[in-house]
Amino acid sequence: MSTIPSMIGSPIRRREDPRLITGRATYVDDVKMVGTVYAAFVRSPYGHAKVRSVDVSAAKERPGVVAAYAAADLIAAGLNVSIPVAADLPGLKKPAHPPLAIDEVRFVGEPVAVVVANTPYAARDAVEAVAVEYDQLEAAIDLEKAAAGPPYVHEDLGTNVAFVMPVKTGDPEAAFAEADVVVKERIVNQRLIPCPMEPRSMLAHWDTGAAHLTLWTSTQIPHLLRTNLALLLGLGEIKVRVIAPEVGGGFGAKLNLYGEEIVVSWLSTQLGRPVKYIETRSENFAAMTHGRDQIQYIEVGAKKDGTITGLRMKIFANLGAYHQLLTPGIPTFTPLMSPGCYKLTGFDCEVTGVFTNTMATDAYRGAGRPEATFMIERAIDLVALELGLDPVDVRRKNFIGSGEFPFTTITGLTYDSGNYAASLDKALELVDYKGLRAKQEELRKQGRYLGIGFSTYVEVCGMGPSAAMPAPGWDSAQVRVEPTGSVTVMTGISPHGQGEETTFAQIVSAELGVPIDSVSVIHGDTDKVQYGVGTFGSRGTAVGGAALKLAIDSIQAKAVKIAAHQWEANPDDVEYKDGKITVKGDPSKSMTTAEVGFTAFRGVGLPPGLEPGLDATRRFEPPNFVYPFGAHVCVVEVDADTGEAKIVRYIAVDDCGRVINPLIVDGQIHGGLAQGIAQALYEEAVYDENGQLVSGTFMDYAMPRAHQLLAFETDRTTTPSPVNPLGVKGVGEAGTIGSTPAVVNAVMDALAPFGVKNIDMPLRPEKLWKAMHANSNGKVNE
Amino acid sequence: MARTSLSAVALQLSGSGAAVSEPAGPASATATPTFVLDVNGREHQLTVDARVTLLDALRDRLGLTGTKKGCDQGTCGACTVLVNGRRIDSCLTLAVMHEGDRVTTIEGLASGEQLHPIQAAFIKNDAFQCGYCTPGQLMSAVGMVNEGHAIDRNTVREQMSGNICRCGCYPHIVDAVLDWKGRS
Repeated sequence: MSTIPSMIGSPIRRREDPRLITGRATYVDDVKMVGTVYAAFVRSPYGHAKVRSVDVSAAKERPGVVAAYAAADLIAAGLNVSIPVAADLPGLKKPAHPPLAIDEVRFVGEPVAVVVANTPYAARDAVEAVAVEYDQLEAAIDLEKAAAGPPYVHEDLGTNVAFVMPVKTGDPEAAFAEADVVVKERIVNQRLIPCPMEPRSMLAHWDTGAAHLTLWTSTQIPHLLRTNLALLLGLGEIKVRVIAPEVGGGFGAKLNLYGEEIVVSWLSTQLGRPVKYIETRSENFAAMTHGRDQIQYIEVGAKKDGTITGLRMKIFANLGAYHQLLTPGIPTFTPLMSPGCYKLTGFDCEVTGVFTNTMATDAYRGAGRPEATFMIERAIDLVALELGLDPVDVRRKNFIGSGEFPFTTITGLTYDSGNYAASLDKALELVDYKGLRAKQEELRKQGRYLGIGFSTYVEVCGMGPSAAMPAPGWDSAQVRVEPTGSVTVMTGISPHGQGEETTFAQIVSAELGVPIDSVSVIHGDTDKVQYGVGTFGSRGTAVGGAALKLAIDSIQAKAVKIAAHQWEANPDDVEYKDGKITVKGDPSKSMTTAEVGFTAFRGVGLPPGLEPGLDATRRFEPPNFVYPFGAHVCVVEVDADTGEAKIVRYIAVDDCGRVINPLIVDGQIHGGLAQGIAQALYEEAVYDENGQLVSGTFMDYAMPRAHQLLAFETDRTTTPSPVNPLGVKGVGEAGTIGSTPAVVNAVMDALAPFGVKNIDMPLRPEKLWKAMHANSNGKVNE
Repeated sequence: MARTSLSAVALQLSGSGAAVSEPAGPASATATPTFVLDVNGREHQLTVDARVTLLDALRDRLGLTGTKKGCDQGTCGACTVLVNGRRIDSCLTLAVMHEGDRVTTIEGLASGEQLHPIQAAFIKNDAFQCGYCTPGQLMSAVGMVNEGHAIDRNTVREQMSGNICRCGCYPHIVDAVLDWKGRS
């Protein structure tokens, strides 16, 4: 690795900030085109129903309405497609998923028809004029009942089970045979709704002259979207341009291809006009992918000294009514990461993916790994409780040692690097563990219930080696030194709040010695940027940044050749040092990247046979995932009168490898904590027995607000990753993955005097109050 | 069951024309008054359907797209603007109701290229990520201070609780407000 000057590791203020802070950033709905017409979707009000008829004729008569289509009209016009699923598993059932329901609706919010009008409100008014006749069917909502039998979401499948994936490794029988205790629990990881503040937004423009489609859409994966759209619409890929302008949050839910994107694009090709669709918040709640939703039956074998021997799990994963892009793939992460930071000798797990009459689940910040981490971190505490040991000691007892990396886990993953004890030590020091336990004891005597909860997590990200991914796992970067010495970076990732315009400029500035303000970072436009895979799975810097580093390496190698030729020196004696090209041991010989760049541009004075120009396009294929880790400590106090759990302190010590910009890393951790804590205490997507989404507004779905989150205490350890040339690990999801179990463990610790072992999330005051006021028969003393 | 019907109603609302963002078409049976709207110190003559919200008038008629639509239901705060110096969810009020009022949007916060101190404090304290809720957060912060509510950390947290940030920047948002007001 070449020397990286101080630009790396500096809390540079984000260059994205000025446009965002002044209201000058351009999100999809801020793009205005003359002649735009507006789409609105007719959606199912039922969780499960036969569609007897759809009549759009009255809607077409409404003033201002340009067109209206039911599924049959789309098919008659040649759009007979199924929304793609990229994740695959042996024996996976893949029912057709048309963008407009044909003869049956399977979740509330499923599109049934679309109308297009001259104004958004004319379109929405016309939705009311579409006559749909439904015959309501019994809905499959309860996950375990759905797994067991009818009613079936897809009657022709004769089952709701989409797949069963067994993972059995090591020697589970022996592992449990040597266990002194076996702790069993049913763990619920409830469904969450991602709720980016910018809902799904799209504007499609079919240029009739050029026969070319441009789709502005709020997405995390512009190139993958382009390829899929082109295939679905039967257009050449070169005839489709996807632009992700400013994107107002994604959290995994914009790592997808939605039926609405297909339909809106197709409408523009049919109508020859720009078509805009901005979903309402209600539609966003009902019809953008959800996350989590697993029920896990676990058995943990342990010896008396706290050694965990084996783990048995039966996981039911709620897939929703249809597959979206990665739906069945998400729960497959859960068994892989279930061993966490610990060494086991036996592992036996079965994952059952189940269809229900609900919105599809898919990636949501953490995507399959929070479910694993929550399970194992809760399991450790349950074992500690059973054995009367300190949960800290049980963790330590089972940690993979810092000298054991790279470490191949029982589920076959190879953790790249780590030092779990170091982050735990740091967290314990920050929180003054001994003092806290004493305080807890003291407060209990006063009838106050303090709880201390730990989570020592490891997660898998930097998605990922292509062979282990449902899509390409590499990413790309092009670096161009322009004639004036400015540097243009084209990155294949698609940031939407993560700040890579800044971190990537820092890397270029550090490596090429150019002022940061003369570096431009361009992303999110398939007509500008070479193919890239996108931003998800905490891969932006770990994969996209690594590709950038490779491109910089190529630029430096060429610049060295040019400078050596100019100086008539041996290229082996010329090097990049502190951002300048110099001759080793002769500081009088020095050239800047800009000077060499101009020579390369001018094409005069170059070594014979060397092409003019100073640019490079490189791709980074990750040889492995990266494995960030950390130790979180949550201190809560549960009010005995109200049952409210209040977080008193939250300490997060995270290790995401080398840090490019600590300001941005801290921000990502904060955001992750907010979402992870929210799962523990507040958020829950609720469907009633008919499949109505009960938690379908911000008034019903309890996203945290400013008064609920306190200031976090964050710190870090730094264990570089050997997987990529920057030594970085991902940080986007770590806070979410690590925090949920720390909070729940803290609340359970607070409630230990009441004999409470487990309460399902979210830990609402009502549930805690009942647990604290239950008598020995489990009845609540009112 | 009441909650169930609330959800069903909300879903229907999405298709009912409750949110209006363009001038009246012939479909509208409502009036289309002409009135003057003072936004950021400039007067604009508008002729819009009486149903048009202040938010839609700003974004779609006046081209002031800095104010964001997060829910259109008055529950997220992304559309917060100031009316006569006080905070308001611009999605919950009709444009026609504000003739004679002084409306301030994110575009009117800075003085030319000179950032308002709360904008500078947001940058200094890294109080945003994706930026979508940020204009609303900023206007809410200014309104809160105007209303005399920025007393201490807890008050600021409470008073800023109408503005959702899914990126989870709350601690830094509160830091920024306190930084601006010189309190902690």
